[in-house]
Amino acid sequence: MNAMIFSLMGGCLIGIAVTLMLLFNGKVTGVSGIIAASMSKPNKEGAWRMFFLFGLLVGGILMKVIRPESFANFSDRGIPMVLFAGLFVGFGTVMGSGCTSGHGVCGVSRLSLRSVTATFTFMFFGFLTVQIVRHFLGGGL
Amino acid sequence: MKSNLTLQNVISLVVGIIFAMGLAISGMTQPQKVIGFLNPWDWDSSLLFVMAGAVSVHAFFYPLIKRRASPLLNAQWQIPSRKDITIRLVLGSAIFGVGWGLGGYCPGPGVVSLVSGDFRSLIFVIGMIAGMFLFKKTEKYLGLPE
Repeated sequence: MNAMIFSLMGGCLIGIAVTLMLLFNGKVTGVSGIIAASMSKPNKEGAWRMFFLFGLLVGGILMKVIRPESFANFSDRGIPMVLFAGLFVGFGTVMGSGCTSGHGVCGVSRLSLRSVTATFTFMFFGFLTVQIVRHFLGGGL
Repeated sequence: MKSNLTLQNVISLVVGIIFAMGLAISGMTQPQKVIGFLNPWDWDSSLLFVMAGAVSVHAFFYPLIKRRASPLLNAQWQIPSRKDITIRLVLGSAIFGVGWGLGGYCPGPGVVSLVSGDFRSLIFVIGMIAGMFLFKKTEKYLGLPE
């Protein structure tokens, strides 16, 4: 029950954040797109991406101070699996033009057919992967 | 409305902070919750509420905001308008889903967790940047239409 209230509150904050980005800057808050684009040559028009990413770290530090248990990682995933996870996430989000934020929150909210398709696809493959890890690689959470 | 890049940067910083706090409060920065959410046999349903909260807030405000001719600090809207479902979209999302299930991190929580001191989030982010780089380098050989 408690976890659900925190999840709902956090979700609303995420919704407020992407709404502010839309209202003021007219942009989609898509984290994978922002990271991928910030890897190319910096220019004045693209500086907002660095500010956003810096904000993510500042917000992280604030939460680390206020509520350190927000970062409790009890998963049994080891370093090699996490490295592969990163490779797949990076490769797939650039290929599919978005992740949980750009497609899952911003795109689904405006009922974009592409984003709804992407969201169902990554959720389904996430579910499949968790099952494969559980049943064939002996992983738990 | 003329574009004001300086104020846009300030807004982006504030949005980043609020977004990160939302991710941390919601449980998205705890990979075991994401993995538990993706497993219906021992389901951790709480992350459903993250999406419900985020989408209901944004879906409520999106049409109201889009009535304006332009955003407050930008000359025009920069919202994707494509409607075509491509192999690239579906295959890319599937690959992302595999990575999400493997590590329990998506891009935002991965970056936010860099401050947690957990070595695994650093490895995840390094892998993610390498994966993005790898796609950009191999894209032209994959033969996938835009």
